[in-house]
This record gives sequence, structure tokens and C-alpha cells, in this order.
Amino acid sequence: MKMELIQPFINAADAVLAQGLQCPTSVGNLSMDEEAYRRKGVAALIWVTGDIEGRIVIDLDPATAVRVASRFAGTELPESDDLVRETVCELANQVIGNAVTSLNDQGFNFRVHPPVLHTSEHGPKSSEDTEAVVICFETPVGNVFLNIALRHNSSRQPERTAAVGQ
Amino acid sequence: MEQFVAVKRSKDGQPVRYLVVDDSVFARKNLARMIETFGGQVAGEAGDGVTAITEYERLKPDIVLMDITMPQMEGIEAAEKIVQQHPEARIVMVSSVGYQENIVAALQRGARHFVQKPVKAEVLYEVIKYVMGEDGTAAQAAGAGA
Repeated sequence: MKMELIQPFINAADAVLAQGLQCPTSVGNLSMDEEAYRRKGVAALIWVTGDIEGRIVIDLDPATAVRVASRFAGTELPESDDLVRETVCELANQVIGNAVTSLNDQGFNFRVHPPVLHTSEHGPKSSEDTEAVVICFETPVGNVFLNIALRHNSSRQPERTAAVGQ
Repeated sequence: MEQFVAVKRSKDGQPVRYLVVDDSVFARKNLARMIETFGGQVAGEAGDGVTAITEYERLKPDIVLMDITMPQMEGIEAAEKIVQQHPEARIVMVSSVGYQENIVAALQRGARHFVQKPVKAEVLYEVIKYVMGEDGTAAQAAGAGA
């Protein structure tokens, strides 16, 4: 996976988390994951299709999810509250939406699908030949993990090349 | 959250009535909190474009805040259908996907403005004043700021 695909997601997550949490964040560990995705806690998954295809997961351990959701909501939320899971989905929506906006400005065209709560222990990979990048964002309320498995859609590559070259 | 000078309807001095459309409960609650600080009133909520159309017919709100990426029917299509029936509808798209094609498509199909998520209250407030135009007036509530 090329860095040109990853960087917009890092920038978007950094900006969205910093604004929502009202505090600075930093990028911690970055690793490659070739295994099927294993959920850490409360996770939201978004599929993208088009020039780039794959999925992005935002994942927080349950205690961090409560703290992050409470900061975003501006009020203390209990762990059982559906709003915690809703907030993680909306966090994913905002991060991916902002990243997609940036990638679209670079000439990539694709569609973002609504976020879904990822509840199974193991998650899907976008394809057999795609490995995932896992980025850890360190925040004062805990770590937020971004798991990105994307690849260029080769069937649309000539189309995009032609469009960019116009 | 910051408190803003209330935006009221010019014709009767009543709070501006909003329909908030977003598939995320969190996003709807967040927008509702902002609307409260603008002195507005949430007349109704919807979680998809189809419900947004029926709720618009029922409530006739002053402003619709409409997400784009939603199940069943996306926000741009819903905005177009509402404006076809009600050309006076004031629809503000509120989405995290803010690239130019999306914005242009929304505006061409009837939306009045576009606000990118994460929403900043001060940005949305200015957009609301702009979209209400002469039909809205920002007036300090009696006793406010005392």
C-alpha cells in the first residue's frame, strides 16, 4: 500500500481527534498486519469502492471508547450507552470522509459507504492481496487504532489516468 | 459550548425550526446541541433520506441540516426531491465528505450551502444566518449577557 493512500487518513484522524477531544494527539506505533483483523474493543468499519477499494476500521478498547465518546458528547456517558458505539461510528465517518475529500482532490474517485459497527472478533480483509496498515494514535484519553486495508482498483486505473491527464 | 446571539424568524420572532437528518444519532445530538446555542428549535429528526422527505412534508421546517452518506436514500437525492416539491426549502448539507464534486452536486440539486464535518459551531452559525437571509434576524434575548 502506498504512502500517498495512507497519509490523508493520518492527517484526517489527527485533525478530527484533536478537534473532538480538544487536545493534541500524536502518531505512535505504525505496523503492517497480514493477518485477518482482530477487534480490540469498540470498532467501526467503513468500506470504500471506486478507484481505491478496501476497508478502514477505527478501533478503541472499551474504556477508551467511553472516554472518547464522553469528550465528543460533552457529557459523561456510561459504558453501556449506545451513544458510545454511535460516536465511534461517527468518528470513523468523519475521519474517512475527510481523508476521502483529500484523496479526491488528488484525482481519485470513490464512494464511501455508511459506517457499520464491527462486532465480530475477526474482521474481513479487503482482498487476498491486500495487507493492512495499523496506526496507533496516542491521545490523553487512550489509544485510537486505525486499521487501513486499501488497494488501487486496477480495472479503473486506465480510466483514472485518462481523467487526470485531461 | 459557546452561546450565540439567537437567530429568530423575522416574520414572527419565533425560534428558527430545524429538521436534522443524519444516520448517526451522535451527529444528530451534536447538531441539536448547537441549534440550542443558536436559539433554534429542533422540530424533528430523520435517519435517512426517505424519512427526511416525509418529515419535511409534515413539519415544514425553516432549515434542514442534511447529511450525505446515509442508508436507503442519500442526502443529495433527498434534497433534490424536497426542493422539487418545495423550491423555498432551505437545505444545508452537513457531511464529512467535502470534495468539490460533492459540493457542486449538492448545490446544483437544490442545497443552499455545505458545511464539512467535524462541524464547528461558529461556522454553522454563520451559514444559518446567511441561509436565513432577510427571513432571519439575530437578536440578543432579553436579559441575555447580564
